[in-house]
Amino acid sequence: MSTPTASTKKPRPEFRNIHITQILGYRLPMAGIVSILHRVSGVLLFLALPLLLWMFELSLTSELSYERLRGFAGSILVKLVLVVLAWALLHHLVAGIRFLVLDLHVGVDKQASASSARAVLGVSVLLAAAVALKIFGVF
Amino acid sequence: MTSKVGSKRLVVGAHYGLRDWLAQRVTAIVLGVYLLLLGAWALFSGPLGYEGWAGAFAPTWMKVATLLALFALFFHAWIGVRDLWMDYVKPTGVRLALEVLTILWLVGCAIWSVQILWRV
Repeated sequence: MSTPTASTKKPRPEFRNIHITQILGYRLPMAGIVSILHRVSGVLLFLALPLLLWMFELSLTSELSYERLRGFAGSILVKLVLVVLAWALLHHLVAGIRFLVLDLHVGVDKQASASSARAVLGVSVLLAAAVALKIFGVF
Repeated sequence: MTSKVGSKRLVVGAHYGLRDWLAQRVTAIVLGVYLLLLGAWALFSGPLGYEGWAGAFAPTWMKVATLLALFALFFHAWIGVRDLWMDYVKPTGVRLALEVLTILWLVGCAIWSVQILWRV
């Protein structure tokens, strides 16, 4: 074998068009994780539109429907769904603000972009945790 | 006579997607400001109950502001979901069908929103 000593390490994987089966093996940078979660959270919110509008309707229509909503939102399953949707909204919002700042050419260099991406992930998870505590009645 | 914008790309087509790019950001800001104001109000006004919550949506200006925020949401959702279809669905017929369904769905949601708000 004429393998040069420099390349005895495993060759770096090369991705052109990422196939769906390669997704898990593809190590995204922080900014990439924020970006794909922005898309995922957007899809979640779009799919939840009928649920959210229906809940909005119950909350406004009458005292009776308001109580019905309270009953509906009392179940653990609904609470869990609401926590996930709260995270989706918060991530979408916070990541969106980051994208708007990037549009202004602020923080576009590698280091700044990586740390703002990390901040987005952290802040949205923390805020969602606060909402979760509220929903489950801790405070 | 090819008109080039920039040194590398030949820019063709209606606005080269600029209108949607801009609309995505404007609608995001409208909805974001609305949600932050509503969230701050709900946070600082304590337990509302039905009276306090529904009462907030009683004035016409609040209905109009809420409906504007919801229209911004539906327009924002349209651009985002259309991007998904463009990225992941290649057959033109299927993509067109999904786009039409998305539009019908979102316009339906907008009509429903009017009904919800003007019932209070």
